[in-house]
Amino acid sequence: MDLQTVWFVAVAVLWTGFLLLEGFDFGVAALLPVLGRKPADRHLMLRSIGPLWDGNEVWLITAAGAVFAAFPGWYATWLPALYLPFVLVLFGLIIRAVAFEWRHSHHTAQWDTTWTHVITGGSLIAALGIGAALGATTLGLPVDADGNRVGGAFAGVGWPAVLGAVAVLSFSLVHGAVFLALKTDGPVRLAARRFARRWSPVAAVPLLVWAGLVQLRDGTTATAVLWLVAALAVLVTWTRVRVDREGQAFTAWAVVLLGSAATIFGSAYPVVVPSTIDPAFDVTISDASVSDYTLTVMTWAAGVGLPVVLGYQAWTYWVFRKRLTAEPETPAEPVHV
Amino acid sequence: MDVLDIARWQFGITTVYHFLMVPLTIGLGILVAVMHTMWVRTDKPEWLRMTRFWGRIYLINFVLGVATGLVQEFQFGLAWSEYSRFVGDVFGSLLALEALLAFFLESTFLGLWIFGWGRIPKKAHLATLWAAVIGSVVSAYFIIAANSWMQHPVGVVTDDATGRPVQVDFLAVLSNNTALAAFSHTIVAALMVAGAALVGIGLWHLRKRALAGAPTTDVDHSVWRRSVRLGGYVSVAAFLLTAVTGDIQGKLMYEQQPLKMSSAEALCETEAPAPFSIFAFSKFGSQECDDVHSWTVPYLLSYLAHGDFSTAVPGVNELQAEYEAAYGETYPDDPSYGDLAGEPIDYTPLLAVTYWNFRLMIGMGMASAAVGAYALWATRKGRVPTSKTGVYGSLLAIGAPFVANASGWIFTEMGRQPFVVYPNPDVPRADQVYFFTAQAVSPGVSAGEVLTSLITLTAVYGALAVVELWLLVRFVRGGVTSGDGAPTPGHTPEGTPDDDLPGGRDKHEDDVLSFAY
Repeated sequence: MDLQTVWFVAVAVLWTGFLLLEGFDFGVAALLPVLGRKPADRHLMLRSIGPLWDGNEVWLITAAGAVFAAFPGWYATWLPALYLPFVLVLFGLIIRAVAFEWRHSHHTAQWDTTWTHVITGGSLIAALGIGAALGATTLGLPVDADGNRVGGAFAGVGWPAVLGAVAVLSFSLVHGAVFLALKTDGPVRLAARRFARRWSPVAAVPLLVWAGLVQLRDGTTATAVLWLVAALAVLVTWTRVRVDREGQAFTAWAVVLLGSAATIFGSAYPVVVPSTIDPAFDVTISDASVSDYTLTVMTWAAGVGLPVVLGYQAWTYWVFRKRLTAEPETPAEPVHV
Repeated sequence: MDVLDIARWQFGITTVYHFLMVPLTIGLGILVAVMHTMWVRTDKPEWLRMTRFWGRIYLINFVLGVATGLVQEFQFGLAWSEYSRFVGDVFGSLLALEALLAFFLESTFLGLWIFGWGRIPKKAHLATLWAAVIGSVVSAYFIIAANSWMQHPVGVVTDDATGRPVQVDFLAVLSNNTALAAFSHTIVAALMVAGAALVGIGLWHLRKRALAGAPTTDVDHSVWRRSVRLGGYVSVAAFLLTAVTGDIQGKLMYEQQPLKMSSAEALCETEAPAPFSIFAFSKFGSQECDDVHSWTVPYLLSYLAHGDFSTAVPGVNELQAEYEAAYGETYPDDPSYGDLAGEPIDYTPLLAVTYWNFRLMIGMGMASAAVGAYALWATRKGRVPTSKTGVYGSLLAIGAPFVANASGWIFTEMGRQPFVVYPNPDVPRADQVYFFTAQAVSPGVSAGEVLTSLITLTAVYGALAVVELWLLVRFVRGGVTSGDGAPTPGHTPEGTPDDDLPGGRDKHEDDVLSFAY
């Protein structure tokens, strides 16, 4: 496998990792008004993602950084083509981040409610925007031979963007619900289970349609198998949530995303931005990539750095593994000397 | 205004705003880690309180730095796609490595520190903060290395087919002398920001307590006194180090970007020995160097530029002619240069901007160090200052190093215009890598789109600034117990019951998180 392919895989893994991890905190945030009827419930929901969301968001920063680093031609085509949607994503991520922080910096009911709404709104905007950007990119953008968008500010925003937006959001909603069922106890857990039981069969449809379209356009037998795995995982998730096996349901739902993402990236390879104007204008990994020297340097850095990152991120999840309840926390025993 | 102007305003606004958060995050992060270490070593309650009070301010500020940092990363692709294409072989990898090797570390371990009170063993918990702080310092290095490569491109050759730089020596990029100088200068400047905050807020609380007749023997008194002393020492020491590192950086700049430094001095004609300008009188905003007249100190500029008192320093007029001969008198008549295609090139950065920002940077740095020295003097031998002027002056002076940092940054970035990637004079002319700012904007993006994002981001940033300031002021006025929201069983040493403290507030259900968020 040449280095460009290695980095195509790396970028695919980073974007998938981002959707998998930030997916559940997007989902929990979006479900705040749905599952968190009482302030204590909303507080519990926020506690479940409190220590994790910032680390999850770094996956986005790293994924975007890896696109810039390995495939500047992709970065320089993709971002300006979807200029306004990306600005909207940034807007959503900014207000969401500060709302997480500021919500707890002052104690009045009005203040709590306001920032809870901002967390929900910012997460919705960010999830929809990122979905739109990924959908439009994998299904095609109106770019010319130089990789520049033609047709004005909204030329990149069509049904593929809408499909991607709905797919990422609906995946995240169920992902968040299953995560809550796994991480919490009490009324939130019950409400989250009900939500997952009802919506898991439906919520994966846009994602599967999206992956299916890329599969039909450019897929191979291998990617078709991956798509089938994703589709089967939906059924597994549904049967698992029905019997309240939350860990298994969470795993199966993760497989839905992994299979779909693998289908999309695997089918699109080696094209990173398909042109809707002329297939000759497609941006491929070799058009877009940096030199082999730079790729080699980054491969070494990532080879050493990534296992370490995965190690301490896993440790974070381990430290905060305890199931949370809405009751005031019993003071923990001092664990240190 | 065309896309280029709007995009430049957007970049300037978002970068300067982001850079208000970053120095405080870096500087305060280091000092909070020191406080936490002192607590673990000595078990003295005042160090715990200091850790929690200043740690809370660090966190309130940190998240805004993260949120505005996102914009920085995406902006290169959004508004400056031709730049991204041109520098992709070097610049992008530094950003990606920053995220992978530094930012993950910072964010993940900060989460562990925040939520780890009482959950993680004491020493391991301290280590999580140090890991986060090291992450932010390493992160700064990668970003500054990326910026310094634009100021002084090294480790690359031009690809004949594409005309773009191709990286051949990654270690040269990482060990760029421009980056080493800028990094050390930036880190000590960040410590000045944190030092000024400790001094200003600490003095205000000391005075308030003194006027209210509060005892000078309790833990709170010790918290504010130690904060002021620590902040004062840090301010003064960091200022001396900024002067040393700034001098090193300045000498490099005279070699690498002589026009930036000559315009910072409004030195029009080459002079030997060259005088240093203290204060200029001119038509403000005039780009005609000869209109500028100033009070000067003879010989000093020669010394600052070259380390002796006689060497000639080239003036703006001579350098402008030199650059015209080397890089052309007009922009090529090519649509990729936008409105500037075929126009004459002004190689001299905006004189008023470079000249005054340079002075603002140095002046505000000196003011901040003076306040630090005053605070040390005013609190000598256990004294408590009650001078209204001194205390409110110190409170106001918290802003000084922020202004110094921002103007230093503006000076550095505006001073390299009209290049976005400045030619490296150590490289033979034919092999030089350079790129005009006019070429760098995204060709497919309309002025309306960039204007929309400029307005959106500026409005959001403005609103965030208002809320953040309100929260910070409220928190700071609340005093030392504000930071003690979280009950930390096993962490609070005996003899410091929270509830007995003045200003202690009711335990709230959110308190476990109120420290966290």
